[in-house]
Amino acid sequence: MSAPNTASGLDVAAAPAGASARSTIWTSLRRDPWAFAGMVIVAVFVLAAVFAPLITAINGQNPYDYHLHTLDDTGSPKGWGGGVSLQHWFGVEPLTGRDLFSIVVYGGRISITVGVLATLVAVTIGVLIGLTSGYFGGWYDRVMSRFMDVMLGFPSLIFTIALTAVVAATFPRPVLIVLVMGFFSWPSVARVVRGQVLTLRQRTFVVASEAMGAGDGHVLWRQLLPNVGATIIVYATILVPAMIGFEAALSFLGVGVPPPTPSWGRTIGSSVAWFSTDPAYLAFPGGALFLITLGLNAFGDGLRDALDPRVSRRRGLRTAARSLAARGPRGPRVDRKKKVTA
Amino acid sequence: MRIARLVTSRLVGVIIVLLVVTAVTYVIFYLLPSNPAQLSCGKPCTPENLARAKSFLGLDLPWYGQFWDFLKGIVVGRTFGSGAGAIACAAPCFGYSFQLNTPVTELILTRFPVTASIAVGAAVLWFVTGVAGGAVAAVWRRKPADRAIMTVAIAGVSAPAYLVGMLLILLFGFALGWLPTGGYEPFGDDPVGWFLHLLLPWTALAFISAAVYARLTRSELIEQLGMDYIRTARAKGLGEGAVIMRHGLRNALIPVVTLFGLDLGSLLGGAVISEKVFSMQGIGALLIDAIGKLDLQVVVGITLFAAFLIAIANVLVDIVYGVIDPRVRAAR
Repeated sequence: MSAPNTASGLDVAAAPAGASARSTIWTSLRRDPWAFAGMVIVAVFVLAAVFAPLITAINGQNPYDYHLHTLDDTGSPKGWGGGVSLQHWFGVEPLTGRDLFSIVVYGGRISITVGVLATLVAVTIGVLIGLTSGYFGGWYDRVMSRFMDVMLGFPSLIFTIALTAVVAATFPRPVLIVLVMGFFSWPSVARVVRGQVLTLRQRTFVVASEAMGAGDGHVLWRQLLPNVGATIIVYATILVPAMIGFEAALSFLGVGVPPPTPSWGRTIGSSVAWFSTDPAYLAFPGGALFLITLGLNAFGDGLRDALDPRVSRRRGLRTAARSLAARGPRGPRVDRKKKVTA
Repeated sequence: MRIARLVTSRLVGVIIVLLVVTAVTYVIFYLLPSNPAQLSCGKPCTPENLARAKSFLGLDLPWYGQFWDFLKGIVVGRTFGSGAGAIACAAPCFGYSFQLNTPVTELILTRFPVTASIAVGAAVLWFVTGVAGGAVAAVWRRKPADRAIMTVAIAGVSAPAYLVGMLLILLFGFALGWLPTGGYEPFGDDPVGWFLHLLLPWTALAFISAAVYARLTRSELIEQLGMDYIRTARAKGLGEGAVIMRHGLRNALIPVVTLFGLDLGSLLGGAVISEKVFSMQGIGALLIDAIGKLDLQVVVGITLFAAFLIAIANVLVDIVYGVIDPRVRAAR
């Protein structure tokens, strides 16, 4: 029997490592039209965010200046498509006349930064707890697993909204959002990592290393961590769009990044009052949010396929990740694969 | 009998979880830097007023005394202050809004039907369409129906509920004028109006999750239909419909139900977001208002209520789990 791996659907621990593997992954990604398109979309957004001051300087615009002359008496933008013109490529914001193109481009900076940083927080905590919990087992593992169960079903959006009310106003909001979102998202990472560590522990190279007298630290860092690396990378790519959506939802509800910092979610939130008369005000930030989420999901999906030849093509972006999270020890779920071979 | 034992063990578990959640919420919101007395003392906040607010809220007690009062309030009710100015808060007391002069529990209960209507309806819609869509896609694998459902699913996974909601309002509300663009109609007043007002929020919320469920059901059912016991069922002459419904789908549903339990929290969050898009006055609107007014008691009350709701809903999911999967019952 070939090496029995985890019961999870996302088993990439067996993927080859090193330079040749990297080129295999690259080839596989390029051959997957969805993943490639996703990669291009993400690259465009990241470049736009990085070079936001340069791009908006072409027209001499920025996301803060008011252009009241572009509005009519009711505060709606003059002209077609929310005031789209050569000066204002995406039109202007109702009531203020701020340049919508600049808002969307600068808004990407916040979304991407917050999304990536929150993912880093979640992955760091998740890997630490997942590794130790799978490796040491015992009461520590039982307590942690139960804790993850509770956290996974927790109404985190409501909790986060409530937290924004009590944390001192002097504490910078973006940092708070990153920390809270990261804190509520680590359990799914921890559960995946724990599942992989449980099977890796039985593998000969770990047993051999322990037999040769390696300490816990060595086994955790040098033997186990490198072998769950691929899983972590795939999981992180799937987490980033989720975090971007989380931040946008908070800003949409008015408890995210405070004004005047541009944010897609907040602009979409304020477009609720305007979108029946000015749909362009919703369309541009909404389209940006949809596109980057789609791009990241497609890319993450392709990356997973490239790293794990066992998973059938196009099985699902978030589905796989979430079914994974779902397959943990809620109720003793019998591993079907084991049952068949037994 | 086994079901009874399952229920008991889950109930004991949930009580522990509720205690821990209450303690954590309490520590975060009442003991960390924020100052509840300061928040409820009003402006201008003189030192005497502050001291009075403190003793009124019981904040002059040591932390364990405060926590005990807090717990007692939830179980048997509590009284703020003493003498003529005392305010009674009946069990379950999730706090008292001094700004609105109403117990938080009462505030929540008047708003809860709105949020519950959105959440429950959306959950039913997403579960049914998701599982049905996934089953259709699995049975007619690689046929046009499968392709169509899976393409919609890919788009659905990436669109936030509020975007879908606003597009639906634009199309069915403003452009076609078929459905109301927002607001809520109590079921008791006008059941048809209730349904029509909720149709768009349900669809918006269900669209995304149904996509996820369709994909999961499809892959699980495909896996199940390849198993030996399905071949046995077919061999003994069982009709294809019964094979899929009674054997394949029942087993394929197990991970789907697990995912459902995990999604209840985000379902509540989604309902909160839908309230803003469809201008409904539910718990989410109450929470956002309370944050604007720094009404800490309401904020904490809603948070705790939400956590309780999800914990209890999870027990129900676990029991459903035991019903569809006999192995769960046998193992405990």
